Amino acid sequence: MRVSPRIRAGSPVSGEVGAIRGELRGAGGAGGAANADPGTHGRNAGAAGTLVSLVTIDLNAPTSTREPDTRALDDAAVARIRADFPILAREVNGHPLVYLDSGATSQKPQSVIDVERAYYDTVNAAVHRGAHTLAGEATELFENARATVARFVGAADDEIVWTSNATEGLNLLAYSMSNASLGRGGEDAARFRLGPGDEIVVTELEHHANLVPWQELAFRTGATLRVIGLDDEGRIRLDEGPDAAANVIGARTRLVAFTHVSNVLGAVNPVERLVDLAHAVGALVVLDACQSAPHLPLDLHALDVDFAVFSGHKMLAPTGIGVLYGRSELLNALPPFLTGGSMITTVGLTESEFLPAPMRFEAGTQRVSQAIALATACDYLDAIGMHRIEAWEAALGQRLYEGLAGIPGVRILGPAPDARTERVGLASFVVDGIHSHDVGQFLDDRGIAVRVGHHCAQPVHRRYGITATTRASAYLYTTTAEVDAAIEAVADSRSFFRVA
Amino acid sequence: MASRELEGMYQQVILDHAKEKHGFGLREGASGSSHQINPTCGDEVTLRVHRAADDSLASISWEGQGCSISTASASLLSDLIDELPEAEVRRRIDAFRELMQSKGTIDGDDELLGDAVALGGVSRYITRIKCAMLPWVALEHALATPA
Repeated sequence: MRVSPRIRAGSPVSGEVGAIRGELRGAGGAGGAANADPGTHGRNAGAAGTLVSLVTIDLNAPTSTREPDTRALDDAAVARIRADFPILAREVNGHPLVYLDSGATSQKPQSVIDVERAYYDTVNAAVHRGAHTLAGEATELFENARATVARFVGAADDEIVWTSNATEGLNLLAYSMSNASLGRGGEDAARFRLGPGDEIVVTELEHHANLVPWQELAFRTGATLRVIGLDDEGRIRLDEGPDAAANVIGARTRLVAFTHVSNVLGAVNPVERLVDLAHAVGALVVLDACQSAPHLPLDLHALDVDFAVFSGHKMLAPTGIGVLYGRSELLNALPPFLTGGSMITTVGLTESEFLPAPMRFEAGTQRVSQAIALATACDYLDAIGMHRIEAWEAALGQRLYEGLAGIPGVRILGPAPDARTERVGLASFVVDGIHSHDVGQFLDDRGIAVRVGHHCAQPVHRRYGITATTRASAYLYTTTAEVDAAIEAVADSRSFFRVA
Repeated sequence: MASRELEGMYQQVILDHAKEKHGFGLREGASGSSHQINPTCGDEVTLRVHRAADDSLASISWEGQGCSISTASASLLSDLIDELPEAEVRRRIDAFRELMQSKGTIDGDDELLGDAVALGGVSRYITRIKCAMLPWVALEHALATPA
C-alpha cells in the first residue's frame, strides 16, 4: 500500500483550479470533488472527515493530465478564484474586505487550509525517524512536498532546505558562512570564508532581512559591506556612477545579495546582469525571491543564482515555512548553522559527522504540515498558471500606478511601468500633507487593507527623502474593482484630511 | 464617506493641532530630553523639558515627524504642560495612558487632560495607540534623563 504523493484536500475548489480534476483527488478516493461552481464552495462541504485524502495511488502516476490553461485571467476568472479564499468573503468596518496587503502576507485558499488539517487528522508523525506506518507516510509526504516546491522554482529536490521563512534562510546562510570563516567545513568550505579585505555587496533597496544579516556577518568576519546605489527613478545603478554595480562589484567581492523584486518599488530587477557581474569575479549570488516566487514564474537554475530564499506565507501557504535554495554542490560544501538531531550521521561525545544537504540544515523536528501546505499552495498556483498570474498582476499594477498618479499630490516610488521596466502589482506612494498611517486608517475605514510605514526597508525610503509610504499590493485574487476602490479612497482621503 | 468612529478619532481639534503643532521647535535650556521612535512606522519625536526656578515643569519643546495622531498628541501635550509640578505631570501622563488603554470605555478627564481628551477616540484603534502615546512616553523618559 502506498500513499499519495500529496495529501489531497478534497474540498471544493474554484472553476479555475477545479478544471484539473485529475489532480484534485477527493476524499477517500471519491475523486472529482473539485467543484466548478463557486456557489457550493465553503465550509459546509468542508467537514474534516470528507477532506481527506490519503488516496492509494501509484507514486509515479501523473498528477495532471490537463493541458495548461493559457487564457488570460479576467475579473470573471478572478471571481472564481476568490471563491477558494474564505477570508475574502468577510466584511471589515461594514464594507467588503479589499485586501491589498499581499506583499506582506497572502491569504490562503481552502485547499491549503484543509490540507494542514487533513495531515493532523490522518497522518501526523515525526519525519525521518521511527519505523511505524504513520512515520513512513509523514516522511513520504514531507519529501514529496520538497519535490513539488523544487519543481515550482526550477530546482532539484536536494537543493531545497526548509526554513521558517526567508529571514531564517538568509541568517542560516550568513551564520554558515561565519562558521566556514572560523574554519568549520574544512577546505571544501574555503570558498565561504570571509575576512578583512573581502567584500559583501548588497543594494540600497534591500528589505532589512537581506541587509542586517550581511551587516552582522561583516562585523563578525571583518569583511566590508558595500552597497550598490539607486538612480532617482528607483532603478539599481548598473554602470553609471561610483556606486553602480559594475564599479562596486570587483575583485574583492565574495558575495552579492539582492532582491529579485523590491517589496517597496515593485520593479523587477536585472538579475541576469547582476549575476554576470558577480560570477565574472567569482562571487556568490544570493537572490531574495520573496516578492517574485509568489508572483511570477521562477526558474532558479535558469537565473543561475547560487542561493535564493522565499517565504511560504507570501505565496498562499501558512506562516512558519520558507525555503533556502542553494546549488547542490554549494550546499554540500557549506558547514551547518543549527545543529542537533536529524542532521547528523555519527555522533561521538566530542565531535560528530553531518548528513549531506538538505538535511544537514534541518536540525530538530521539522515543520511538516506547513511544508505539505506549501506544496499544496504551489500546486494551486501551478494550476492557475504563473504566467497568467504574472500578466494579471502586471495589468493590475499598471491600473494602480496610473490611477494613483492621476491624483493631485500623490507621488509613487519606483520607476514607471514601461518597456524597460516590468513591475508587479504593487505601488508604494506618499500623499502630500497626509502621513501614511492616516491614509491607511482612512482606507481601513472602508475595509481596504494596505500596508503603511517603511515596509522593513528604511534605507530605500531614506534614499528618496521620506520615512513612510502607503503600499497597496495585489495578488491573483485581486479584482480591478478593488484597485479602483483603493484609488478612489486615496483621492477621498485628501478632502477628509483637508489637503484637497 | 467616513464612519462615525473615524470621525471620532480625527476630530477637528486633532487635525488642527496636527497642522499648528504647538510647542514645535526644540528650545535651548532644557533640563531633560528624550528621543523616541515607533519602530513599526519610523515615526519619531524628540522632546525636551524646560524647568522653572522652583523645579516645576515650565514647558516642553519638541520636534519630530509622524502621523496626525502622534503630531497632534505632542501639540496637545505641549498645551498641557504649563508650570506644573512634576508629580502633577506624572499624574496626567498616567491619566492619558489610562484613557488610551480604555478601548473607548471612558471619556477622559478634561480637568487633567484638557483638549487631549479629544484623543480618546484613538483608544478604539489598537494599532494607533502607540502613535498617540509616543510624545507622552518621551516626556516620561525626559523627566528622568538629563539633557
